[in-house]
Amino acid sequence: MSSPTSPVLPRGKTRIGLTMNAWLVYVFFYAPILLLVVFSFSNDRNVGRWGGFTLDWYRAFGENEEIQQSLSASLRVALISTVVSVVLGTMAALALERFSFRGKKVFDGLLYLPIIIPDVTMAVMMLLFFSQLFDALDAWFGLGLSKGFTSIVLSHVAFSISFVSVVVRARLAGMNDQLEQAAFDLYASRWQAFRHITLPLIAPGIIGGALLAMTLSLDDVVITQFVSGPGSTTLPVYVFSLIRRGVTPLINAVSVVMLAASITLVALSLLADRAKSSPQPTPSKETDNA
Amino acid sequence: MSGLAVDGDLIVGDVPDQVAQANPEFERAAEKAESRRGLIMALPAYLYLLVFFALPLVIVFVYSFATRNRFGGTDLSGWNVEAYRKLGEPIVRDILFRSLWLAIITTVLCLLFAYPFSYFLATRSATTRNIMLVFVMIPFWSNFLVRNYAWRVLLGNDGPVSQITEAIGLGETRILFTPLAVVIGLVYGFLPFMILPLYASIERIDMRLLEASRDLYASGWQSFRRVLWPLSRPGVIAGSILVFVPSLGAYVTPEILGGAKTTLLGSYIVTQFLTARNWPVGASLSFVLMSVMLGATLVYFRNGGRTL
Repeated sequence: MSSPTSPVLPRGKTRIGLTMNAWLVYVFFYAPILLLVVFSFSNDRNVGRWGGFTLDWYRAFGENEEIQQSLSASLRVALISTVVSVVLGTMAALALERFSFRGKKVFDGLLYLPIIIPDVTMAVMMLLFFSQLFDALDAWFGLGLSKGFTSIVLSHVAFSISFVSVVVRARLAGMNDQLEQAAFDLYASRWQAFRHITLPLIAPGIIGGALLAMTLSLDDVVITQFVSGPGSTTLPVYVFSLIRRGVTPLINAVSVVMLAASITLVALSLLADRAKSSPQPTPSKETDNA
Repeated sequence: MSGLAVDGDLIVGDVPDQVAQANPEFERAAEKAESRRGLIMALPAYLYLLVFFALPLVIVFVYSFATRNRFGGTDLSGWNVEAYRKLGEPIVRDILFRSLWLAIITTVLCLLFAYPFSYFLATRSATTRNIMLVFVMIPFWSNFLVRNYAWRVLLGNDGPVSQITEAIGLGETRILFTPLAVVIGLVYGFLPFMILPLYASIERIDMRLLEASRDLYASGWQSFRRVLWPLSRPGVIAGSILVFVPSLGAYVTPEILGGAKTTLLGSYIVTQFLTARNWPVGASLSFVLMSVMLGATLVYFRNGGRTL
Protein backbone atom coordinates (compact mmCIF):
# COMPACT_ATOMS: atom_id res chain seq x y z
CA MET A 1 0.00 0.00 0.00
CA SER A 2 1.28 3.46 -0.70
CA SER A 3 2.07 5.74 2.19
CA PRO A 4 -0.03 8.80 2.99
CA THR A 5 2.45 11.12 1.35
CA SER A 6 4.81 9.78 -1.23
CA PRO A 7 8.47 10.35 -0.47
CA VAL A 8 10.03 13.49 -1.82
CA LEU A 9 13.30 13.50 -3.66
CA PRO A 10 15.84 15.62 -1.77
CA ARG A 11 17.25 18.62 -3.59
CA GLY A 12 20.75 19.49 -4.67
CA LYS A 13 23.64 17.07 -4.69
CA THR A 14 21.74 14.22 -3.09
CA ARG A 15 19.21 14.36 -5.88
CA ILE A 16 21.88 14.24 -8.56
CA GLY A 17 23.59 11.39 -6.74
CA LEU A 18 20.39 9.36 -6.47
CA THR A 19 19.51 9.86 -10.13
CA MET A 20 22.99 8.93 -11.28
CA ASN A 21 23.00 5.84 -9.10
CA ALA A 22 19.71 4.72 -10.63
CA TRP A 23 21.13 5.09 -14.14
CA LEU A 24 24.28 3.34 -13.11
CA VAL A 25 22.29 0.38 -11.81
CA TYR A 26 20.42 0.08 -15.10
CA VAL A 27 23.60 0.33 -17.16
CA PHE A 28 25.11 -2.35 -14.92
CA PHE A 29 22.05 -4.56 -15.44
CA TYR A 30 21.74 -4.19 -19.17
CA ALA A 31 25.15 -3.40 -20.68
CA PRO A 32 26.47 -6.96 -20.28
CA ILE A 33 23.31 -8.50 -21.71
CA LEU A 34 23.17 -6.12 -24.68
CA LEU A 35 26.87 -6.53 -25.44
CA LEU A 36 26.41 -10.30 -25.39
CA VAL A 37 23.62 -9.97 -27.96
CA VAL A 38 25.84 -7.75 -30.12
CA PHE A 39 28.82 -10.12 -29.96
CA SER A 40 26.65 -13.10 -30.86
CA PHE A 41 26.41 -11.52 -34.33
CA SER A 42 30.12 -10.78 -34.54
CA ASN A 43 32.26 -12.42 -37.16
CA ASP A 44 35.32 -12.90 -34.95
CA ARG A 45 36.69 -15.97 -33.23
CA ASN A 46 37.31 -13.88 -30.11
CA VAL A 47 34.05 -13.82 -28.16
CA GLY A 48 34.43 -10.21 -27.09
CA ARG A 49 35.51 -8.50 -30.29
CA TRP A 50 33.51 -7.03 -33.15
CA GLY A 51 34.44 -8.39 -36.56
CA GLY A 52 31.50 -7.56 -38.79
CA PHE A 53 27.99 -8.97 -38.91
CA THR A 54 27.36 -12.66 -39.30
CA LEU A 55 24.69 -15.25 -38.55
CA ASP A 56 27.18 -18.11 -38.62
CA TRP A 57 26.99 -18.80 -34.90
CA TYR A 58 23.25 -19.14 -35.00
CA ARG A 59 23.58 -21.44 -37.96
CA ALA A 60 26.10 -23.48 -36.00
CA PHE A 61 23.65 -23.53 -33.12
CA GLY A 62 20.97 -24.97 -35.38
CA GLU A 63 23.31 -27.58 -36.82
CA ASN A 64 24.98 -28.73 -33.63
CA GLU A 65 23.40 -32.05 -32.76
CA GLU A 66 24.49 -32.19 -29.14
CA ILE A 67 22.97 -28.77 -28.52
CA GLN A 68 19.74 -29.76 -30.23
CA GLN A 69 19.52 -32.93 -28.16
CA SER A 70 20.14 -31.15 -24.88
CA LEU A 71 17.72 -28.41 -25.86
CA SER A 72 15.01 -30.95 -26.50
CA ALA A 73 15.83 -32.71 -23.21
CA SER A 74 15.60 -29.34 -21.43
CA LEU A 75 12.21 -28.60 -22.89
CA ARG A 76 10.83 -32.05 -22.09
CA VAL A 77 12.14 -31.89 -18.52
CA ALA A 78 10.72 -28.39 -18.07
CA LEU A 79 7.35 -29.35 -19.48
CA ILE A 80 6.85 -32.52 -17.45
CA SER A 81 8.22 -31.12 -14.19
CA THR A 82 6.08 -27.99 -14.58
CA VAL A 83 2.87 -29.94 -15.12
CA VAL A 84 3.52 -32.28 -12.19
CA SER A 85 4.62 -29.54 -9.81
CA VAL A 86 1.70 -27.30 -10.75
CA VAL A 87 -0.81 -30.02 -9.92
CA LEU A 88 0.88 -31.04 -6.67
CA GLY A 89 1.73 -27.45 -5.67
CA THR A 90 -1.78 -26.14 -6.29
CA MET A 91 -3.33 -28.97 -4.28
CA ALA A 92 -0.91 -28.28 -1.46
CA ALA A 93 -1.73 -24.56 -1.58
CA LEU A 94 -5.48 -25.24 -1.43
CA ALA A 95 -5.04 -27.67 1.45
CA LEU A 96 -2.95 -25.20 3.43
CA GLU A 97 -5.09 -22.14 2.78
CA ARG A 98 -8.57 -23.64 2.97
CA PHE A 99 -8.34 -26.58 5.36
CA SER A 100 -6.93 -27.43 8.70
CA PHE A 101 -5.63 -30.93 9.14
CA ARG A 102 -3.26 -32.95 11.23
CA GLY A 103 0.39 -32.35 10.53
CA LYS A 104 -0.34 -29.10 8.75
CA LYS A 105 2.48 -27.24 10.49
CA VAL A 106 5.04 -29.89 9.60
CA PHE A 107 3.88 -29.91 6.00
CA ASP A 108 4.07 -26.12 5.87
CA GLY A 109 7.66 -26.22 7.09
CA LEU A 110 8.61 -29.04 4.75
CA LEU A 111 7.16 -27.08 1.86
CA TYR A 112 9.38 -24.07 2.60
CA LEU A 113 12.63 -26.01 2.90
CA PRO A 114 13.32 -26.55 -0.82
CA ILE A 115 13.10 -22.78 -1.35
CA ILE A 116 15.59 -22.02 1.39
CA ILE A 117 18.05 -24.83 0.85
CA PRO A 118 21.19 -23.98 -1.14
CA ASP A 119 21.41 -25.44 -4.63
CA VAL A 120 24.59 -27.27 -3.85
CA THR A 121 23.08 -28.98 -0.82
CA MET A 122 20.02 -29.98 -2.80
CA ALA A 123 22.28 -31.33 -5.54
CA VAL A 124 24.22 -33.40 -3.03
CA MET A 125 20.98 -34.69 -1.51
CA MET A 126 19.69 -35.80 -4.87
CA LEU A 127 22.96 -37.44 -5.89
CA LEU A 128 23.18 -39.49 -2.70
CA PHE A 129 19.47 -40.34 -2.78
CA PHE A 130 19.49 -41.62 -6.34
CA SER A 131 22.71 -43.56 -5.96
CA GLN A 132 21.28 -45.23 -2.83
CA LEU A 133 17.95 -45.84 -4.53
CA PHE A 134 19.49 -47.35 -7.66
CA ASP A 135 21.83 -49.52 -5.57
CA ALA A 136 18.86 -50.79 -3.59
CA LEU A 137 16.77 -51.44 -6.68
CA ASP A 138 19.68 -53.24 -8.26
CA ALA A 139 20.23 -55.39 -5.17
CA TRP A 140 16.55 -56.27 -4.66
CA PHE A 141 15.16 -56.52 -8.16
CA GLY A 142 18.25 -56.62 -10.31
CA LEU A 143 17.24 -53.42 -12.08
CA GLY A 144 20.27 -51.79 -13.62
CA LEU A 145 18.94 -48.24 -13.51
CA SER A 146 21.13 -45.22 -13.86
CA LYS A 147 20.76 -41.47 -13.50
CA GLY A 148 19.20 -39.75 -16.44
CA PHE A 149 16.02 -38.16 -17.68
CA THR A 150 13.79 -39.56 -14.91
CA SER A 151 16.05 -38.52 -12.05
CA ILE A 152 16.33 -35.01 -13.54
CA VAL A 153 12.55 -34.65 -13.75
CA LEU A 154 12.03 -36.03 -10.24
CA SER A 155 14.58 -33.58 -8.81
CA HIS A 156 13.10 -30.59 -10.64
CA VAL A 157 9.63 -31.43 -9.34
CA ALA A 158 11.08 -31.65 -5.82
CA PHE A 159 12.14 -28.01 -5.84
CA SER A 160 9.34 -26.63 -8.05
CA ILE A 161 6.37 -27.77 -5.94
CA SER A 162 7.30 -25.33 -3.21
CA PHE A 163 7.61 -22.34 -5.52
CA VAL A 164 4.29 -23.10 -7.20
CA SER A 165 2.53 -23.47 -3.88
CA VAL A 166 3.95 -20.18 -2.56
CA VAL A 167 2.66 -18.30 -5.60
CA VAL A 168 -0.76 -19.97 -5.54
CA ARG A 169 -1.05 -19.44 -1.78
CA ALA A 170 -0.34 -15.73 -2.18
CA ARG A 171 -3.22 -15.61 -4.61
CA LEU A 172 -5.55 -17.64 -2.36
CA ALA A 173 -4.68 -15.57 0.70
CA GLY A 174 -5.55 -12.41 -1.21
CA MET A 175 -9.15 -13.51 -1.78
CA ASN A 176 -11.71 -14.43 0.85
CA ASP A 177 -13.76 -17.58 0.60
CA GLN A 178 -17.17 -15.83 0.51
CA LEU A 179 -17.71 -16.64 -3.14
CA GLU A 180 -16.98 -20.30 -2.55
CA GLN A 181 -19.34 -20.29 0.46
CA ALA A 182 -22.02 -18.66 -1.67
CA ALA A 183 -21.60 -21.39 -4.26
CA PHE A 184 -22.07 -24.04 -1.58
CA ASP A 185 -25.17 -22.25 -0.31
CA LEU A 186 -26.50 -22.46 -3.84
CA TYR A 187 -26.06 -26.23 -3.76
CA ALA A 188 -22.92 -26.38 -5.81
CA SER A 189 -21.00 -29.58 -5.23
CA ARG A 190 -17.42 -29.32 -4.07
CA TRP A 191 -16.18 -30.02 -7.55
CA GLN A 192 -18.56 -27.50 -9.13
CA ALA A 193 -17.53 -24.81 -6.68
CA PHE A 194 -13.88 -25.51 -7.38
CA ARG A 195 -14.32 -25.75 -11.13
CA HIS A 196 -16.48 -22.65 -11.58
CA ILE A 197 -15.43 -20.37 -8.71
CA THR A 198 -12.06 -21.16 -7.15
CA LEU A 199 -10.16 -22.28 -10.24
CA PRO A 200 -10.92 -19.21 -12.38
CA LEU A 201 -10.05 -16.96 -9.46
CA ILE A 202 -6.69 -18.55 -8.74
CA ALA A 203 -5.83 -19.13 -12.41
CA PRO A 204 -3.41 -16.16 -12.58
CA GLY A 205 -1.60 -17.58 -9.56
CA ILE A 206 -1.40 -21.00 -11.17
CA ILE A 207 -0.09 -19.54 -14.42
CA GLY A 208 2.44 -17.44 -12.52
CA GLY A 209 3.54 -20.50 -10.56
CA ALA A 210 3.82 -22.56 -13.72
CA LEU A 211 6.00 -19.94 -15.40
CA LEU A 212 8.19 -19.74 -12.32
CA ALA A 213 8.55 -23.52 -12.22
CA MET A 214 9.43 -23.55 -15.90
CA THR A 215 12.00 -20.77 -15.48
CA LEU A 216 13.61 -22.58 -12.55
CA SER A 217 13.72 -25.83 -14.47
CA LEU A 218 15.25 -24.19 -17.55
CA ASP A 219 17.76 -22.30 -15.35
CA ASP A 220 19.02 -25.08 -13.17
CA VAL A 221 22.63 -26.15 -13.58
CA VAL A 222 23.90 -27.47 -10.27
CA ILE A 223 21.19 -29.96 -9.34
CA THR A 224 20.80 -31.24 -12.89
CA GLN A 225 24.54 -31.70 -13.23
CA PHE A 226 24.48 -34.01 -10.22
CA VAL A 227 21.56 -36.16 -11.33
CA SER A 228 22.13 -36.38 -15.07
CA GLY A 229 23.79 -39.33 -16.64
CA PRO A 230 25.79 -39.79 -19.83
CA GLY A 231 23.74 -38.85 -22.85
CA SER A 232 21.07 -37.05 -20.85
CA THR A 233 22.09 -33.49 -20.12
CA THR A 234 19.96 -30.39 -20.29
CA LEU A 235 21.02 -27.34 -22.28
CA PRO A 236 22.29 -25.27 -19.30
CA VAL A 237 24.42 -28.17 -18.08
CA TYR A 238 25.81 -28.72 -21.55
CA VAL A 239 26.54 -25.01 -21.99
CA PHE A 240 28.15 -24.92 -18.56
CA SER A 241 30.49 -27.73 -19.54
CA LEU A 242 31.27 -25.91 -22.82
CA ILE A 243 32.13 -22.69 -20.96
CA ARG A 244 34.47 -24.56 -18.66
CA ARG A 245 36.28 -26.01 -21.67
CA GLY A 246 36.72 -22.53 -23.14
CA VAL A 247 34.54 -19.81 -24.53
CA THR A 248 33.55 -19.79 -28.20
CA PRO A 249 31.26 -17.51 -30.23
CA LEU A 250 28.88 -20.46 -30.49
CA ILE A 251 28.21 -20.11 -26.75
CA ASN A 252 27.34 -16.44 -27.34
CA ALA A 253 24.61 -17.48 -29.75
CA VAL A 254 23.28 -20.24 -27.47
CA SER A 255 23.25 -17.78 -24.56
CA VAL A 256 21.27 -15.23 -26.50
CA VAL A 257 18.69 -17.87 -27.41
CA MET A 258 18.40 -18.87 -23.74
CA LEU A 259 18.13 -15.22 -22.76
CA ALA A 260 15.36 -14.65 -25.29
CA ALA A 261 13.51 -17.64 -23.88
CA SER A 262 13.69 -16.36 -20.31
CA ILE A 263 12.66 -12.84 -21.32
CA THR A 264 9.64 -14.29 -23.11
CA LEU A 265 8.74 -16.13 -19.92
CA VAL A 266 9.10 -12.89 -17.88
CA ALA A 267 6.83 -11.08 -20.31
CA LEU A 268 4.24 -13.84 -19.98
CA SER A 269 4.45 -13.84 -16.20
CA LEU A 270 4.05 -10.06 -16.09
CA LEU A 271 0.92 -10.43 -18.19
CA ALA A 272 -0.35 -13.10 -15.81
CA ASP A 273 0.51 -10.78 -12.93
CA ARG A 274 -1.49 -7.98 -14.49
CA ALA A 275 -4.53 -10.25 -14.60
CA LYS A 276 -4.47 -10.38 -10.83
CA SER A 277 -7.24 -8.28 -9.37
CA SER A 278 -5.44 -7.35 -6.18
CA PRO A 279 -1.89 -6.05 -6.09
CA GLN A 280 0.40 -8.49 -4.40
CA PRO A 281 4.11 -8.68 -3.96
CA THR A 282 5.60 -10.97 -6.55
CA PRO A 283 7.30 -13.88 -4.86
CA SER A 284 10.94 -14.01 -5.64
CA LYS A 285 13.03 -16.88 -6.81
CA GLU A 286 15.29 -16.45 -3.83
CA THR A 287 18.10 -18.91 -3.55
CA ASP A 288 17.74 -20.32 -7.00
CA ASN A 289 20.84 -21.07 -9.02
CA ALA A 290 23.34 -19.64 -6.63
CA MET B 1 -20.81 -22.61 10.93
CA SER B 2 -18.64 -23.25 7.94
CA GLY B 3 -18.95 -26.98 8.49
CA LEU B 4 -22.72 -26.74 8.06
CA ALA B 5 -22.57 -24.44 5.10
CA VAL B 6 -19.94 -26.47 3.34
CA ASP B 7 -21.84 -29.70 3.67
CA GLY B 8 -24.89 -27.92 2.32
CA ASP B 9 -26.28 -31.00 0.67
CA LEU B 10 -26.87 -32.57 4.08
CA ILE B 11 -29.16 -29.81 5.22
CA VAL B 12 -32.68 -30.14 3.99
CA GLY B 13 -34.48 -26.85 3.83
CA ASP B 14 -37.86 -27.93 5.21
CA VAL B 15 -36.66 -29.41 8.47
CA PRO B 16 -35.32 -26.36 10.26
CA ASP B 17 -35.23 -28.03 13.70
CA GLN B 18 -32.27 -30.11 12.64
CA VAL B 19 -30.36 -27.01 11.71
CA ALA B 20 -31.36 -25.06 14.75
CA GLN B 21 -30.27 -27.79 17.12
CA ALA B 22 -26.58 -27.49 17.59
CA ASN B 23 -25.48 -31.04 17.48
CA PRO B 24 -21.93 -31.31 18.81
CA GLU B 25 -21.45 -34.74 17.36
CA PHE B 26 -22.52 -33.63 13.93
CA GLU B 27 -20.20 -30.66 14.17
CA ARG B 28 -17.32 -32.85 15.20
CA ALA B 29 -17.98 -35.29 12.40
CA ALA B 30 -18.08 -32.45 9.90
CA GLU B 31 -14.83 -31.10 11.26
CA LYS B 32 -13.24 -34.51 10.97
CA ALA B 33 -14.41 -34.83 7.38
CA GLU B 34 -12.93 -31.42 6.66
CA SER B 35 -9.64 -32.41 8.20
CA ARG B 36 -9.58 -35.59 6.18
CA ARG B 37 -10.28 -33.71 2.95
CA GLY B 38 -7.45 -31.28 3.68
CA LEU B 39 -5.05 -34.11 4.34
CA ILE B 40 -6.05 -35.93 1.17
CA MET B 41 -5.44 -32.78 -0.86
CA ALA B 42 -2.07 -32.21 0.74
CA LEU B 43 -1.06 -35.86 0.59
CA PRO B 44 0.43 -36.10 -2.93
CA ALA B 45 2.79 -33.16 -2.39
CA TYR B 46 3.43 -34.26 1.19
CA LEU B 47 4.46 -37.76 0.18
CA TYR B 48 6.48 -36.48 -2.74
CA LEU B 49 8.48 -34.15 -0.53
CA LEU B 50 8.94 -36.82 2.12
CA VAL B 51 10.38 -39.26 -0.41
CA PHE B 52 12.27 -36.89 -2.71
CA PHE B 53 13.30 -34.23 -0.23
CA ALA B 54 13.17 -35.23 3.43
CA LEU B 55 14.61 -38.68 2.83
CA PRO B 56 17.53 -37.34 0.74
CA LEU B 57 18.22 -34.84 3.51
CA VAL B 58 18.43 -37.65 6.04
CA ILE B 59 20.71 -39.60 3.70
CA VAL B 60 23.12 -36.64 3.48
CA PHE B 61 23.14 -36.43 7.26
CA VAL B 62 23.90 -40.15 7.53
CA TYR B 63 26.65 -39.97 4.90
CA SER B 64 28.38 -37.17 6.78
CA PHE B 65 29.17 -39.69 9.52
CA ALA B 66 30.21 -42.49 7.19
CA THR B 67 33.71 -43.67 6.32
CA ARG B 68 35.48 -43.22 3.03
CA ASN B 69 37.08 -46.44 1.84
CA ARG B 70 40.27 -46.97 -0.11
CA PHE B 71 38.53 -47.30 -3.46
CA GLY B 72 36.94 -43.85 -3.33
CA GLY B 73 33.65 -45.33 -2.28
CA THR B 74 31.85 -44.79 0.97
CA ASP B 75 31.23 -47.43 3.62
CA LEU B 76 28.06 -46.95 5.55
CA SER B 77 29.67 -48.27 8.72
CA GLY B 78 32.25 -47.26 11.26
CA TRP B 79 30.37 -44.12 12.08
CA ASN B 80 32.56 -41.19 13.01
CA VAL B 81 32.77 -37.41 13.06
CA GLU B 82 36.00 -37.33 11.05
CA ALA B 83 34.33 -35.40 8.25
CA TYR B 84 33.28 -32.65 10.64
CA ARG B 85 36.72 -32.57 12.21
CA LYS B 86 38.16 -32.01 8.74
CA LEU B 87 36.27 -28.73 8.54
CA GLY B 88 38.84 -27.30 10.96
CA GLU B 89 41.78 -28.12 8.66
CA PRO B 90 43.58 -25.13 7.15
CA ILE B 91 42.51 -25.82 3.53
CA VAL B 92 38.85 -26.10 4.37
CA ARG B 93 39.02 -23.23 6.88
CA ASP B 94 40.58 -20.97 4.24
CA ILE B 95 37.80 -21.83 1.83
CA LEU B 96 35.15 -21.22 4.47
CA PHE B 97 36.59 -17.82 5.37
CA ARG B 98 37.06 -16.85 1.74
CA SER B 99 33.46 -17.74 0.93
CA LEU B 100 32.23 -15.86 3.97
CA TRP B 101 34.35 -12.84 3.11
CA LEU B 102 33.22 -12.70 -0.53
CA ALA B 103 29.60 -13.16 0.51
CA ILE B 104 29.91 -10.26 2.97
CA ILE B 105 31.54 -7.96 0.37
CA THR B 106 28.84 -8.89 -2.13
CA THR B 107 26.10 -8.12 0.39
CA VAL B 108 27.60 -4.74 1.35
CA LEU B 109 28.09 -3.72 -2.29
CA CYS B 110 24.53 -4.72 -3.14
CA LEU B 111 23.27 -2.69 -0.20
CA LEU B 112 25.32 0.36 -1.25
CA PHE B 113 23.80 0.39 -4.73
CA ALA B 114 20.35 -0.91 -3.90
CA TYR B 115 19.52 1.42 -1.02
CA PRO B 116 19.74 4.73 -2.91
CA PHE B 117 18.20 3.02 -5.91
CA SER B 118 15.20 1.79 -3.92
CA TYR B 119 14.74 5.18 -2.30
CA PHE B 120 14.85 6.85 -5.70
CA LEU B 121 12.36 4.29 -6.99
CA ALA B 122 9.99 5.04 -4.11
CA THR B 123 10.00 8.75 -4.99
CA ARG B 124 8.80 8.16 -8.57
CA SER B 125 5.23 8.35 -9.80
CA ALA B 126 3.28 5.08 -9.91
CA THR B 127 3.70 4.66 -13.68
CA THR B 128 7.45 5.33 -13.70
CA ARG B 129 7.84 3.07 -10.71
CA ASN B 130 6.13 0.16 -12.45
CA ILE B 131 8.26 0.56 -15.56
CA MET B 132 11.43 0.78 -13.48
CA LEU B 133 10.42 -2.31 -11.52
CA VAL B 134 9.80 -4.30 -14.70
CA PHE B 135 13.35 -3.48 -15.78
CA VAL B 136 14.61 -4.79 -12.46
CA MET B 137 12.54 -7.96 -12.86
CA ILE B 138 13.90 -8.82 -16.31
CA PRO B 139 17.47 -9.54 -15.23
CA PHE B 140 16.04 -11.11 -12.08
CA TRP B 141 14.21 -13.73 -14.13
CA SER B 142 16.84 -14.13 -16.84
CA ASN B 143 18.98 -17.21 -17.03
CA PHE B 144 21.59 -17.03 -14.28
CA LEU B 145 24.20 -19.00 -16.18
CA VAL B 146 23.91 -16.72 -19.19
CA ARG B 147 24.21 -13.60 -17.06
CA ASN B 148 27.43 -14.91 -15.56
CA TYR B 149 28.68 -15.88 -18.97
CA ALA B 150 28.10 -12.32 -20.18
CA TRP B 151 30.67 -11.13 -17.65
CA ARG B 152 33.08 -13.81 -18.79
CA VAL B 153 32.85 -12.25 -22.26
CA LEU B 154 33.13 -8.69 -20.94
CA LEU B 155 36.10 -9.32 -18.67
CA GLY B 156 37.89 -11.80 -20.91
CA ASN B 157 41.28 -11.39 -22.51
CA ASP B 158 40.99 -8.64 -25.09
CA GLY B 159 37.38 -8.29 -24.06
CA PRO B 160 35.40 -5.01 -24.10
CA VAL B 161 36.45 -3.95 -20.60
CA SER B 162 40.08 -4.47 -21.42
CA GLN B 163 39.65 -2.69 -24.77
CA ILE B 164 38.15 0.33 -23.02
CA THR B 165 40.83 0.59 -20.36
CA GLU B 166 43.48 0.26 -23.04
CA ALA B 167 41.85 2.96 -25.15
CA ILE B 168 41.85 5.43 -22.29
CA GLY B 169 45.43 4.59 -21.48
CA LEU B 170 45.04 2.49 -18.37
CA GLY B 171 46.54 -0.52 -20.01
CA GLU B 172 45.19 -4.06 -20.17
CA THR B 173 43.05 -5.21 -17.28
CA ARG B 174 43.14 -8.71 -15.97
CA ILE B 175 40.07 -9.02 -13.80
CA LEU B 176 38.88 -12.41 -14.99
CA PHE B 177 39.70 -15.33 -12.68
CA THR B 178 40.26 -13.03 -9.69
CA PRO B 179 38.08 -12.66 -6.59
CA LEU B 180 37.00 -9.28 -7.97
CA ALA B 181 35.45 -10.97 -11.00
CA VAL B 182 33.57 -13.33 -8.69
CA VAL B 183 32.26 -10.41 -6.63
CA ILE B 184 31.15 -8.57 -9.78
CA GLY B 185 29.33 -11.70 -10.95
CA LEU B 186 27.67 -12.23 -7.58
CA VAL B 187 26.57 -8.59 -7.26
CA TYR B 188 25.24 -8.78 -10.81
CA GLY B 189 23.36 -11.96 -10.04
CA PHE B 190 21.86 -10.97 -6.71
CA LEU B 191 21.36 -7.19 -6.83
CA PRO B 192 17.63 -7.60 -7.63
CA PHE B 193 17.27 -9.71 -4.46
CA MET B 194 18.38 -6.64 -2.51
CA ILE B 195 16.39 -4.08 -4.45
CA LEU B 196 13.00 -5.76 -4.25
CA PRO B 197 12.64 -6.17 -0.45
CA LEU B 198 14.34 -2.81 0.18
CA TYR B 199 11.95 -1.07 -2.16
CA ALA B 200 9.00 -2.84 -0.54
CA SER B 201 9.99 -1.63 2.91
CA ILE B 202 10.99 1.95 1.94
CA GLU B 203 7.81 2.42 -0.04
CA ARG B 204 5.76 1.57 3.04
CA ILE B 205 7.38 4.24 5.24
CA ASP B 206 5.24 7.24 6.12
CA MET B 207 7.34 9.97 4.61
CA ARG B 208 5.75 12.62 6.81
CA LEU B 209 8.10 11.33 9.50
CA LEU B 210 11.06 12.37 7.37
CA GLU B 211 9.53 15.78 6.81
CA ALA B 212 8.90 16.12 10.53
CA SER B 213 12.53 15.35 11.26
CA ARG B 214 13.61 18.05 8.82
CA ASP B 215 11.15 20.50 10.40
CA LEU B 216 12.85 19.79 13.70
CA TYR B 217 16.15 20.91 12.17
CA ALA B 218 17.68 17.50 11.55
CA SER B 219 20.29 17.54 8.83
CA GLY B 220 19.81 15.31 5.80
CA TRP B 221 22.25 12.80 7.24
CA GLN B 222 20.59 12.89 10.67
CA SER B 223 17.13 12.25 9.31
CA PHE B 224 18.50 9.39 7.24
CA ARG B 225 20.38 7.92 10.18
CA ARG B 226 17.64 8.41 12.78
CA VAL B 227 14.44 8.02 10.76
CA LEU B 228 14.77 6.44 7.32
CA TRP B 229 17.40 3.80 8.15
CA PRO B 230 15.69 2.42 11.31
CA LEU B 231 12.33 2.31 9.56
CA SER B 232 13.73 0.50 6.54
CA ARG B 233 15.66 -2.01 8.64
CA PRO B 234 13.33 -4.97 7.93
CA GLY B 235 14.02 -4.46 4.22
CA VAL B 236 17.75 -4.17 4.82
CA ILE B 237 17.78 -7.41 6.81
CA ALA B 238 15.58 -9.26 4.34
CA GLY B 239 17.62 -8.10 1.34
CA SER B 240 20.92 -8.83 3.03
CA ILE B 241 19.88 -12.38 3.83
CA LEU B 242 18.52 -12.93 0.34
CA VAL B 243 21.90 -11.85 -1.08
CA PHE B 244 24.22 -13.30 1.53
CA VAL B 245 22.72 -16.78 1.62
CA PRO B 246 22.97 -17.65 -2.09
CA SER B 247 26.35 -15.89 -2.37
CA LEU B 248 27.74 -18.13 0.33
CA GLY B 249 26.65 -21.26 -1.51
CA ALA B 250 27.44 -19.94 -4.97
CA TYR B 251 28.82 -22.47 -7.40
CA VAL B 252 28.16 -21.34 -10.96
CA THR B 253 29.63 -17.83 -10.60
CA PRO B 254 33.01 -18.80 -9.10
CA GLU B 255 33.28 -21.67 -11.58
CA ILE B 256 32.85 -19.33 -14.54
CA LEU B 257 34.51 -16.14 -13.31
CA GLY B 258 36.84 -17.32 -10.59
CA GLY B 259 40.23 -18.92 -10.94
CA ALA B 260 41.99 -21.81 -9.31
CA LYS B 261 42.90 -19.63 -6.36
CA THR B 262 39.34 -18.60 -5.65
CA THR B 263 37.81 -21.95 -4.78
CA LEU B 264 34.67 -21.28 -2.79
CA LEU B 265 32.54 -23.47 -0.59
CA GLY B 266 30.11 -24.46 -3.36
CA SER B 267 32.85 -25.54 -5.75
CA TYR B 268 34.69 -27.34 -2.99
CA ILE B 269 31.61 -29.38 -2.12
CA VAL B 270 31.06 -30.28 -5.76
CA THR B 271 34.71 -31.32 -6.09
CA GLN B 272 34.38 -33.58 -3.06
CA PHE B 273 31.60 -35.42 -4.84
CA LEU B 274 32.53 -35.42 -8.49
CA THR B 275 36.33 -35.63 -8.45
CA ALA B 276 37.88 -36.14 -5.00
CA ARG B 277 35.20 -38.71 -4.17
CA ASN B 278 35.22 -37.89 -0.49
CA TRP B 279 31.50 -38.05 0.08
CA PRO B 280 31.49 -37.81 3.88
CA VAL B 281 33.37 -34.49 3.80
CA GLY B 282 31.14 -33.16 1.02
CA ALA B 283 28.05 -34.24 2.94
CA SER B 284 29.18 -32.66 6.20
CA LEU B 285 30.01 -29.39 4.42
CA SER B 286 26.65 -29.28 2.67
CA PHE B 287 24.99 -29.90 5.99
CA VAL B 288 26.89 -27.02 7.61
CA LEU B 289 26.00 -24.77 4.67
CA MET B 290 22.34 -25.68 5.00
CA SER B 291 22.36 -24.98 8.73
CA VAL B 292 23.74 -21.49 8.09
CA MET B 293 20.96 -20.86 5.59
CA LEU B 294 18.30 -22.15 7.96
CA GLY B 295 19.61 -19.92 10.73
CA ALA B 296 19.59 -16.90 8.44
CA THR B 297 16.07 -17.69 7.29
CA LEU B 298 14.85 -17.91 10.87
CA VAL B 299 16.31 -14.43 11.48
CA TYR B 300 14.52 -13.27 8.36
CA PHE B 301 11.14 -14.54 9.56
CA ARG B 302 11.73 -13.21 13.08
CA ASN B 303 12.10 -9.80 11.51
CA GLY B 304 8.72 -10.12 9.92
CA GLY B 305 10.00 -10.89 6.44
CA ARG B 306 7.18 -12.27 4.37
CA THR B 307 7.91 -11.80 0.69
CA LEU B 308 9.84 -14.93 -0.13
